[in-house]
Amino acid sequence: MPTEAAATPPPARPAVIALCERDPTVVMLAGLICVAILFFGSFAPARFLSAETLRSMAFQMPELGILALAMMIPLMSGGLNLAIIATANLSALVMAAILTRLIAPGTSPVADGSAVALALAAGFTTAFVIGFITGAIVAFLRVHPILVTLGTMTAVKGLAVYATNGGVIGGFPSVILFLGNGSMLGIPASMILFLLCTILVGVMMNHTPFGVSVRMIGSNEKATRYSGVPTGWILVWVYVVSSLLCWVAAVVMMARFNSARAGYAESYLLITILAAVLGGIDPNGGFGKVLGLTLSLVLLQIISTGFNLLGFSPHLTEAIWGATMILAIAIGVIREQLTSRLWFRRTRDSESARSVGVVPEETGIRERI
Amino acid sequence: MPNSGSVIKAAFRRHDVQLAGIICVMALVFSTLSRTFLSAGNLVALLENYSVMAIMACGLLVVLISGGIDISFAAVAAVSQYLTAIIIIQLGGNWVLAFVLSAGFGFLLGIVNALLIYFLKALSVIVTISTMTFYFSMLLFVTDGKSLYDLPDWFTADLSLFGIPFPIVVATTALLLTVLLLSRLALGLQIYALGGNPEAAKRVGCNLLGLHCLVYGYSGLVAGFAGLVEAHRVEEVVPGALIGRELDVLAAVVLGGASLLGGTGTVSGTIFGIVLLAILQNGLTLLGVSSYSFGLVTGLVILISVSVTAYAAMRQRKRSAVNAD
Repeated sequence: MPTEAAATPPPARPAVIALCERDPTVVMLAGLICVAILFFGSFAPARFLSAETLRSMAFQMPELGILALAMMIPLMSGGLNLAIIATANLSALVMAAILTRLIAPGTSPVADGSAVALALAAGFTTAFVIGFITGAIVAFLRVHPILVTLGTMTAVKGLAVYATNGGVIGGFPSVILFLGNGSMLGIPASMILFLLCTILVGVMMNHTPFGVSVRMIGSNEKATRYSGVPTGWILVWVYVVSSLLCWVAAVVMMARFNSARAGYAESYLLITILAAVLGGIDPNGGFGKVLGLTLSLVLLQIISTGFNLLGFSPHLTEAIWGATMILAIAIGVIREQLTSRLWFRRTRDSESARSVGVVPEETGIRERI
Repeated sequence: MPNSGSVIKAAFRRHDVQLAGIICVMALVFSTLSRTFLSAGNLVALLENYSVMAIMACGLLVVLISGGIDISFAAVAAVSQYLTAIIIIQLGGNWVLAFVLSAGFGFLLGIVNALLIYFLKALSVIVTISTMTFYFSMLLFVTDGKSLYDLPDWFTADLSLFGIPFPIVVATTALLLTVLLLSRLALGLQIYALGGNPEAAKRVGCNLLGLHCLVYGYSGLVAGFAGLVEAHRVEEVVPGALIGRELDVLAAVVLGGASLLGGTGTVSGTIFGIVLLAILQNGLTLLGVSSYSFGLVTGLVILISVSVTAYAAMRQRKRSAVNAD
């Protein structure tokens, strides 16, 4: 009897369940997105299910999206980057200062072009330097990333406020503005930029030695170091890449607002963490997928736009974001308990089956003794 | 047998002694450069300005020692401040009632954090970011961001005990309460144990659920105090007034030697951390440095302080490793 049970292959499970087991976060988020679409679609079908709404969502998402990517990479390494908004604002200010100085109504297009290139390079350098310093302190002095980035955030924002006296720098050439407000083939340019960043980060995290090292560091830094990975330099690059993504976000932000200021987008800081964790990025480090993050951004955007259309205040939307986050954690916990119970039952069943099969052998041994 | 030299050396290696030294040097420099710095008026104003921060720092310190972190305390302070203000405006009352109400609301909101963290087994930073967003956004949604100006007269009237302004009295009380909790009660030791090694604390027989409730509840309770004191100082209740201070308070507590990994931290260190930031900003103001530079200076101080501390700890580890060999 027991040998027969062992010989029959396990019944083929439906593909949906297999997907659920392999990637529960993605399935949960997709489910929540469907629920949200159904909810808003039934309350305000004419306005919510329109091309106009889709377009406005596509314009709003990239900023938060790119910043969330910048938060995701340090999270995967087991750290955190609280300085992302400050970095984005400072490099936007550097770019804005150069653009407004060098570009006057009378200058030639060639001069304009080189000014834009110079500004972009300066913003890039600013972000690179901030990321490098942050990463070096995290990696080589072994200070907790929350503390380091708390310090860089305060200092970088302080520098931006000090240099501008809290003021606004605005008025950019149309090339820059196109990135924020223009579209190609009906897709907003900023959305294309965001998708490019997503693909780039996704490939980097999953298909390069760097990405694998980052995830390994997030799981167990000591073990990674002992297996010969230069964890210090990898961590430095984690914060450099995070900062450079802030630079991309800075370009999009200054293009959308047509200005730069030290205090822009500060409320995004904690929302990026929320989006990343909701997207299944393990805040302890090591695990997470860009697809999950993207889906969580879509969900947050649908909630935001939907409630906006229903006439609720943006504060309620933020409150619901917070509640969604806790709900997602709770679903994760319940799911884990259910699966561990299932696993327990399954292993218990197979254990008992095996022990039944083993019994004669055991008695045989005992008899021999 | 340690001689006096090594005792002094050991003392200098202590974080709070180092901080006190830096504070003394800074006070000396500022008092020679500016006459007003050491005047009684300036010092009292300084203490009063930073009393709200000190009160909130007490709660955060206890949470950090237990190995968690609380980002939501400013939102909790704002909510309990607002609820209390509505009740005392509608029904009248007195200071005792106001304190009981505000501390009670704060405690309840803190308990919500504790239950979520304990039962969902989630990282405290993630849970408290979520609850912060939720509490504060709900407050803004329900109140429409409206400020309350018509506070009762007894609430806004000048208040002092033996000539000491009310905010300083409350801050001192909160600090003493925290000392009592952390170093005079057995519960304090359990909080340190929870932060040092939660599994060990559990096996020794600590009630982890109770400790979580105590720690986050305490943080909410003192946040309630802080909200009241802030409302008393500015004579109005502005929903967004306290938000954005979370990371400043965290900076001060960390400057005072509390570790984010839990298990370490003292009230004296926290006081020194706050005093350091306070003196720095006040001194710079008196020297005529633009207030726009504060952020930059504060950020650099945090970066230098955590880097130096980490560097010293690393050298110490290397030294003890060599000695062990």
